[in-house]
Amino acid sequence: MECKDLKGVLHRLVDGELPPAMKSEAEAHAADCADCGPLVAEEQQWRQAIRRAGTYYAAPEPVRQRIRAMAGRQSAAKARSAWPGWRIAASLLVAMGLSSAITAYVATPSSTALMEQEVVASHVRSLQMDHITDVASSNEHTVKPWFHGKLDYAPPVEDYAAQGFPLLGGRLEYLDHENIAALVYRHAQHPINVFILPSNAADRAPEAMVDHGYNIMRWTKGGMTFWAVSDVNAADLDDLVKLMCEQKSEHEPAK
Amino acid sequence: MDGSQGVGLVREAARPRFEDVALPHLDAAYNLARWLTRSDADASDVLQEACLRALTYFDGYRGENGKAWLLTIVRNTCYRWIERNRPAVVVSLSPDIEGEVDDAANIRGTAPPDPEAMLLQQRDARLLNELMAELPHLFREVLVLRELEDLSYREISDVLGVPLGTVMSRLARARGLLKDAWGRRNTRGENDGM
Repeated sequence: MECKDLKGVLHRLVDGELPPAMKSEAEAHAADCADCGPLVAEEQQWRQAIRRAGTYYAAPEPVRQRIRAMAGRQSAAKARSAWPGWRIAASLLVAMGLSSAITAYVATPSSTALMEQEVVASHVRSLQMDHITDVASSNEHTVKPWFHGKLDYAPPVEDYAAQGFPLLGGRLEYLDHENIAALVYRHAQHPINVFILPSNAADRAPEAMVDHGYNIMRWTKGGMTFWAVSDVNAADLDDLVKLMCEQKSEHEPAK
Repeated sequence: MDGSQGVGLVREAARPRFEDVALPHLDAAYNLARWLTRSDADASDVLQEACLRALTYFDGYRGENGKAWLLTIVRNTCYRWIERNRPAVVVSLSPDIEGEVDDAANIRGTAPPDPEAMLLQQRDARLLNELMAELPHLFREVLVLRELEDLSYREISDVLGVPLGTVMSRLARARGLLKDAWGRRNTRGENDGM
């Protein structure tokens, strides 16, 4: 190897990125060369200086804990609702003649409790992101068509600004293992997420729940299940839900 | 045999969890964010936003290199943040700075002040740190990833989304800029009689 060759691979040499044969050649040349030897030494010293001077910032403990908590909630919700082993476990238990165990096993934890946790986690996550809507508009004729092509069902969309619940927009969410629609309303500075999932279940009147301090209401109407989550008080959330339930369904003839 | 034992027998091999894939690299992620945003508060915000995104994308993760994967998301989140919060900062490189550069072109005739002497003084370490923080973002980050994070050229190429050749030339250029800045600052210091 000659001086100009070594200069050409100097950084790679010092970074340990040369293949072994080339590395030996370069080191051998540097050992014997009055110019290249100091050159390589100097480059190595610069690297040492940068490594020692450069501060390595470790993640502060509060940030670390917050992220761990975020990940934990997400993992737990997904694992319990999506673990395919449930079915395998159930059929094995049948084979072992432990059918009563199945009832107990498959029944806990309840799917409602799981969904509650997922919707709360989704709600909280949405507040932490820099944008709570993918399509930001109070116009139902903008938001409703936005979901077309992204989902295979058409969630009903209406703005209730006149009643104190302006529509902020919508976004795609991922819940219960599928892409679903989320509508975002606001009431007196509090955001309200309404998650809308397709459903085979019969219509069901709204039920109220509380989870981690958030008020939740769930109802099923017209082939869709709605989950409204917010930190607004239960009475206010109930007002929004009443408005949404009064919406003309897609199947009613126009008056 | 009771029910719980039966379930234990059929438990599948667990899919990789976010906690195992990404959390071990939280320090690396914070370090990059801190160097790019230059503020603890902002780095914390950016890191949280990045981890939220990472959690969302995790289903699509195919288990290659958890560190590079997380750092890519953190880096992108940083630059989005910089665009939103520091619109005056110009991040992209002009064509004459970027591009393939032969290592040899960066070897200057006169050697800079003896780097060994630098190691002896805390003042100099602080200065070097400061100069690094003042480098343009794209040069700053490649030094952080190589020198502080010990990533290979290949890993840096993955995180930055540029070819290996670009990684090498950018790294060489970054080192050159840092040395020049050091030389200028040190000379000025001597002239001021410091």
